[in-house]
Amino acid sequence: MTAPVGAPTAHVPSPTRRPRSRETALMQAGLIVIAALFLLPIAWMVAGTLKTNGEIFVVPPVWLPSPPQWLNYPHALRYIPFFTYLRNTVEVSVLSVVGTLISCPPAGYAFARLKWPGRDLFFMVSLATVMLPFQVQMIPLYSVFRSVGWIGTLLPLIVPAFFGNGLYVFLLRQFFLTIPKELSEAAAIDGASEFRTFFQVMLPLVKPALITVSIFTFMANWTDFLAPLVFLNRESTFTLSLGLQFYQSQHFTAWSYLMVASLVFTIPALIVFLLLQRYFVQGFTLSGLKG
Amino acid sequence: MKAHALQAAPGQAKAPLRLRLKTYFSQRRRRQSLLALLFLLPWIIGFLGLFLYPVGMSLYYSFTNYDILQPPQWIGLLNYAYMVHDPVFWQSLYNTLYMTVLGVPLSLGVGLGLALMVNAKVAGVSMYRAILYLPTIVPTVAVTIIWMWIFNPDYGLLNNLLSLAHLPTPGWLSDPGWSKPALLVMVLWSTIGQTVIVYLAGLQDVSTELLEASMLDGAGPWVRFRAVVMPALGPVTFYSAVTGVVAFLQLFTQAFVATTGGGAGGAGDLGAPVHSTLLYSLYLYQNAFQFLHMGYASAMAWVLFALIMLLTIVLFGLGRGLVYYEGRDGA
Repeated sequence: MTAPVGAPTAHVPSPTRRPRSRETALMQAGLIVIAALFLLPIAWMVAGTLKTNGEIFVVPPVWLPSPPQWLNYPHALRYIPFFTYLRNTVEVSVLSVVGTLISCPPAGYAFARLKWPGRDLFFMVSLATVMLPFQVQMIPLYSVFRSVGWIGTLLPLIVPAFFGNGLYVFLLRQFFLTIPKELSEAAAIDGASEFRTFFQVMLPLVKPALITVSIFTFMANWTDFLAPLVFLNRESTFTLSLGLQFYQSQHFTAWSYLMVASLVFTIPALIVFLLLQRYFVQGFTLSGLKG
Repeated sequence: MKAHALQAAPGQAKAPLRLRLKTYFSQRRRRQSLLALLFLLPWIIGFLGLFLYPVGMSLYYSFTNYDILQPPQWIGLLNYAYMVHDPVFWQSLYNTLYMTVLGVPLSLGVGLGLALMVNAKVAGVSMYRAILYLPTIVPTVAVTIIWMWIFNPDYGLLNNLLSLAHLPTPGWLSDPGWSKPALLVMVLWSTIGQTVIVYLAGLQDVSTELLEASMLDGAGPWVRFRAVVMPALGPVTFYSAVTGVVAFLQLFTQAFVATTGGGAGGAGDLGAPVHSTLLYSLYLYQNAFQFLHMGYASAMAWVLFALIMLLTIVLFGLGRGLVYYEGRDGA
């Protein structure tokens, strides 16, 4: 330190308060340009939902279709069995969230707060499962699901969620570790069994982590493509990710309808994001990546 | 044994506190082990049935000729030997490594730059953060469809704008020389928000005292960034690099949808044009479910797994030298 300790600090320029109006203005301008670049494709999709077939191929591009083709919406959603695919997608996503919430919190608790032989070894094993690419499990699982007649049903996408997930078990364990031991000990002294301590004391305390894990599960299933592609082979069980292909054929692509479907497909995820924004960030800060 | 004696004489005057505690804790430990077993039961079943069994079978299939209709036939290392002489295998490996080697550093660099920008105290910063994250919540298939339209060589938005500016208008996804960069833009647009969020979380850890101290020492912005901010971001960078490598090596959906229109029996050629977007995972899928070469595809899956482990170990090695964890090997 060059400044003598105890020197008056009033003259010290604080990094946050120093007036840097030109830099701020530059930063502001840069952010506007970047935001525009990120929003452009989304704006293009939204504009596309309201275009006539003619407006789609026009040069220079049309940003504000006139008149807006509102009828594209009902037409697009009836062009393919959209609502069947939507229902399948909702079913897979919601039931996977249910399965995750049943199977993962107890496992996370067992790794974080219960003492049992081999715990740390099994925890490493659980973490290692996260590293395995789906491509390795995909073929044997297909073979097993085929032999029990599950291919062409939604079961291969739903049932695994009820049997834990290494990543979510890890996240929940990290969260359980942050809860002071005194709380569960107090509950034990009050005569609560370990079982009741978990359900009545610990679970309510980790509600934020439960929400984070639910969001991750929902989003992953909502947008998944490879697993549905492998396991679903009957059109009536397709999710939206698979169903969107039917707006395209060898010679013709119904672009405005595709944009309508893409937008409607995005909206539920967008609502989840807008309502629960802060829990998205939590997952990352929780994962212990801060060392 | 003493605990046993204690239980045998329940009516006796109180045993020493230490002994009673010992009994209490050993009973508690047994109860906890039982409860742990109960709590882990779903995970154990899942681990055995959805992890260990498939992994074992996949390894076995990789040494067999297997088309799912007939039982697998043992062929030893033939699948692996065939791989060495399969030019399409090498092409797909090259394509995926191209995406990974360019994609991960770009993702880290641009992600950090954007995170620094939206970490500054400017008006509307939370809105900018939300905008950067927005593309990550758009379903991957929808992302690909939007960009397929933007990249369309004849009437896409991009070439429209380029021709207005009298710039060359390449065929993007339909030009083998441009298809991988186009794919990369699409992937980065829809995933970089994730990296930004992770870096933002890391930036909250940068010590303001250290920043102020270094300013007192007369350090300029670049020195402050190098000496104070970067070291604090080490763990976050490491995390993003590992997850990035794992994700890029498994890249599938964007290339699949862009070349087939999204269906298994789709309109286009998988990995078109001329295998330029035939990513490793696409070729693996094609072998497994279009050619029914399940044994060969399993061998490819194991090579992929080995590659992921190898690169992760390399990153761990790099990380050990570069990452500074606060309070661990203190200054």
